[in-house]
Amino acid sequence: MTLLVLVPFAGALITAVMPARPKLWAFGFAIATLVVGLVTMFTAPDTDLVWMEPLGVHWALEMDGFGKLMVLLTVALVPITMVAAVKDHDKRWYAWALALEAFALLTFLAADLFVFYIAFEATLIPAYFMIGQHGGPHRARAALKFLMFQLGGGLVLLGALIGFFVVSSDAGSPSYLISDLAQLDIGTTAQRWIFVAMFIAFAVKAPLFPVHTWLADTTEQATTPTSVLLVCVLDKIGTFGMIRLCLGLVPEASAWATPVVVVLALISIVYGAVLAIGQDDLLRLIGLTSLSHFGLITLGIFAATREGLVGAILYMVNHGVATAAMFLIAGFLISRKGTASISSMRGLEKATPVLAGTFLVAGLATAGLPGLSQFVSEIMVLISAFDYHWLVGVIAVTAIVLAAIYVLWAYQRIFTGPAQLSRRPVSDLDRREVGVLVPLLVALLLFGFVPGPLISAAQPVVAPLVDVIQAGE
Amino acid sequence: MVTPVAAGGVFSLIWLVIALPLAGAALILVGRPLAPALFDRIGHWLAVGLAGGSFVLSLVLFFAALGRDEESRQVVQHLYTWFDTGDLSVGFDLLYDQLSGLFLLLITGVGTLIHVYSVGYMAHDERRTRFFGYLNLFLAAMLMLVLAENYVGLFLGWEGVGLASYLLIGFWQHKPSAAAAAKKAFVMNRVGDMGLSLAIALSFVTFGSTSFSAIDIGDTTTTTLNWLGILLLIGACGKSAQVPLQGWLLDAMEGPTPVSALIHAATMVTAGVYLIVRSSAIFDAAEVASTAVVVVALVTIIWGAALSCVKDDIKKVLAGSTMSQIGYMMLAAGLGGPGYAFAIFHLLTHGFFKANMFLGAGSLMHGMNDDVNLKHYGALSRAMPVTFLTFAMGYLAIIGFPGFAGFWSKDKILEVAFAESWLVGIIALLAAGVTAFYMTRLMMLAFFGRKRWPEGVHPHESPRIMTGPLVVLAALSVLGGVFTLGGWIEHWLEPVTAIGHAEHHGPLPVWATSVLAVLVVAIGVAAAGFVFGRRPATTEPTPYLHVPHVEDVVVPPGLAITRGALATDKYAVDGLMSGGPVALAAIAGELRKAQTGYVRSYALSVLGGTVLVALALIVVS
Repeated sequence: MTLLVLVPFAGALITAVMPARPKLWAFGFAIATLVVGLVTMFTAPDTDLVWMEPLGVHWALEMDGFGKLMVLLTVALVPITMVAAVKDHDKRWYAWALALEAFALLTFLAADLFVFYIAFEATLIPAYFMIGQHGGPHRARAALKFLMFQLGGGLVLLGALIGFFVVSSDAGSPSYLISDLAQLDIGTTAQRWIFVAMFIAFAVKAPLFPVHTWLADTTEQATTPTSVLLVCVLDKIGTFGMIRLCLGLVPEASAWATPVVVVLALISIVYGAVLAIGQDDLLRLIGLTSLSHFGLITLGIFAATREGLVGAILYMVNHGVATAAMFLIAGFLISRKGTASISSMRGLEKATPVLAGTFLVAGLATAGLPGLSQFVSEIMVLISAFDYHWLVGVIAVTAIVLAAIYVLWAYQRIFTGPAQLSRRPVSDLDRREVGVLVPLLVALLLFGFVPGPLISAAQPVVAPLVDVIQAGE
Repeated sequence: MVTPVAAGGVFSLIWLVIALPLAGAALILVGRPLAPALFDRIGHWLAVGLAGGSFVLSLVLFFAALGRDEESRQVVQHLYTWFDTGDLSVGFDLLYDQLSGLFLLLITGVGTLIHVYSVGYMAHDERRTRFFGYLNLFLAAMLMLVLAENYVGLFLGWEGVGLASYLLIGFWQHKPSAAAAAKKAFVMNRVGDMGLSLAIALSFVTFGSTSFSAIDIGDTTTTTLNWLGILLLIGACGKSAQVPLQGWLLDAMEGPTPVSALIHAATMVTAGVYLIVRSSAIFDAAEVASTAVVVVALVTIIWGAALSCVKDDIKKVLAGSTMSQIGYMMLAAGLGGPGYAFAIFHLLTHGFFKANMFLGAGSLMHGMNDDVNLKHYGALSRAMPVTFLTFAMGYLAIIGFPGFAGFWSKDKILEVAFAESWLVGIIALLAAGVTAFYMTRLMMLAFFGRKRWPEGVHPHESPRIMTGPLVVLAALSVLGGVFTLGGWIEHWLEPVTAIGHAEHHGPLPVWATSVLAVLVVAIGVAAAGFVFGRRPATTEPTPYLHVPHVEDVVVPPGLAITRGALATDKYAVDGLMSGGPVALAAIAGELRKAQTGYVRSYALSVLGGTVLVALALIVVS
């Protein structure tokens, strides 16, 4: 299982030093990671080596159903974005992308909180450089803002880490193994402090209102392949942490904080969608739709019913696929028009019917159209929200109208109306671009009609969490 | 309630009814970009053939059901488990019963005719193949809607028809009005879908399942049932263009006319009625919700009829009329009891005569170079005789001329309306008179009077491929009343709507209602003849009072909120959140000044720090 982290990490180093065809090497390593990931999923035993004895830190990795889904999402999206990125990114980006993949995988595999924390923080280095080295004119500022928010989140997480160490040492020998931490009997006050610290860190990462303001700036300035890796993979660590560490380690405090979290999630859902409706920059728009979706995911997590949690986990995968498609399609569009400003586009359907069609499919997937994957997760989350309190369900359900508005209004402004007269004819998607999108669109349809395998992976992870929470009530 | 039996024999092919048009849509929409020449040659015939195949299969299923005992006519086909979280299990299940069987015939029958008609109507459109791909997609979704065995499956079809409707309204999306109309239709439908989504959630929370067969009113409070009914009604209002979510339907006439006939007259817009009849077990026990249905229906009957009186656009006259007629169906469904069956009866006959008239309108437009303004028509009965005669059959059917399809079905609704109360009965009765008025106006403006054709327009009869379907639909408009022979349709639907043969006795005997209805209709026709026959029609537009729709009232403040949110986010939220780092930088700048380099100032700091720590230790201990 360590191999799964080492392959992309080694790939990053080799890509960085390779003088000839570094992108091909990077792609090769991404594919190798994909293969190792698939093999590990079924065969590899868990890893558990003592790393730092006095701190109780273990190099412990394991992959449960939840981890498998996140690993699958990561190892599949990285090579896809690499193909999408090939024209306007240099080898630095490819090396950093592999490094990011390695650290992201490590967070999803970590069975030791310390390892999780190290990887959590380490992801910031490649992410910072990916944003700062490629993208819009204000990318340096966006990268700095990203880093500031994330470091702030990381700092409070460190507080939680120290808290766990203290409690764990008091209980006997210190251990950072998540399975050991889950056994701890933590006092109410300490539990709440630890929860608050972790939640802030994950809320910044995911992101949730009000710590979301780095998101739109980042997606606006970063290139779309970077945004895919940030929003569709890296941000998932936030909601991943909420389930695995908030609900898993401090369930009582999670239940205690649920009303506040639910309110924040609801604000994120509605507020993110309203902001998205008002955007003229297509990349900011897509970034802000994710704020709305992360609100729904968080709502599903903290409603803490079986449907809600399974829905939230599915949502993480489905959002990853649908939003990746949205970002990449937007990137293809922007590379043709030279701008992300929606108001400077019009009537493009005539020249680019395939591009328009893929935009509509991916857009409707993010708007939760049944038959496409996000719907299944969305209806589960909505049901659990309604189950939690009818008013919460009523507020959350407005997302389906708001989502229809931001997707279809954007489509209307970009693709419909009389065609623009331009000096430069706009060409439709080429083979490489179609090749990038096909696996994503197929996944949207497939998981829309056959979400069964995803659900069976998520279920065993969810069942004990729900049991603990319901026992607490 | 009858317990459905598992699918066997010919019923194991239920899925194929959906799969045929779905395969057509997939083949055409994916295949066209890959092999344009091939699909432009055969794509439309492929779509027609698959729609026809679906119709044949629907007929086979219907006769197979007829041949079975009443107990085994409800068949469930379990395809696979869609999703199952342990508590919430949703199967991909299809339910063929008496209700969905009738819908299958309507959807695939009228659908196939409209496919055939479109071959001619869209002949000169370079994107005709794609049009047929969308039409097939619509059929598949509509069939899914009526065949689903649970609310989630219904929702899949429900949103699918919404998507197809969006694509087809906006088919000529180079026109900004068409693109805007398409988006408006989808968004307003989604407002209704909020209701349906919440209904799904509430039905799961209440019954532990979203399956129709799980509806058990025994242990459920009336309040819950009323809420469930109202949420379903909100969904129905969106899809069926009932007040206050009606605004999109008139704009939807931007779509090609066969679309208006199939989606916005005969099938999709009646899905709200289907939803309520399908949920009859809930509405039977939910009095408040049923009353709400009746109120919405009455308002819509009047609203739609009023619109039709003043519109000059022939398609908008018909669209207003559609709203009004669906109002009649909703009224019958809201009244419950035998009303459910009469709602479906009127839905079927309306599907025939309104599709007939819409296709007739398309034929007129074909002859008039796509002009839709009635004021530019006149004296078309000579130029387009087949269109005229078939349209006249639809006209006689909708106004309720004795013997024609609409006479039977509307009469039944008036009966149950009078049985409910005088007020409801009289409103429904008067609206029937208004229907006769505006339809007569349309006939006179289009087919009689003097020619008001714009220059260069030479009306001509449409090709056979278009008039053929017109003739078939005209025949159905005449004969559609057969369903009620011997009370067949009531009896047939009885197992679904779960009513006994409770005869409602109103204040009027049945024959008196019929006589009254015919009288009121005659007055409506005469009034129109008096108003429009006396003086020759001009080309001046008809003046009317514009009443703002809900969306006109909601959208401007919505945009203001969006702008406000953008400003809030930029200045307040981001200011607050990014303020931390900015402040930190400022503090750091100040602190840097402390780095003076003088040893004595450092020594002072050390001393100060030591004192502080000492004090802190004293305080703590």
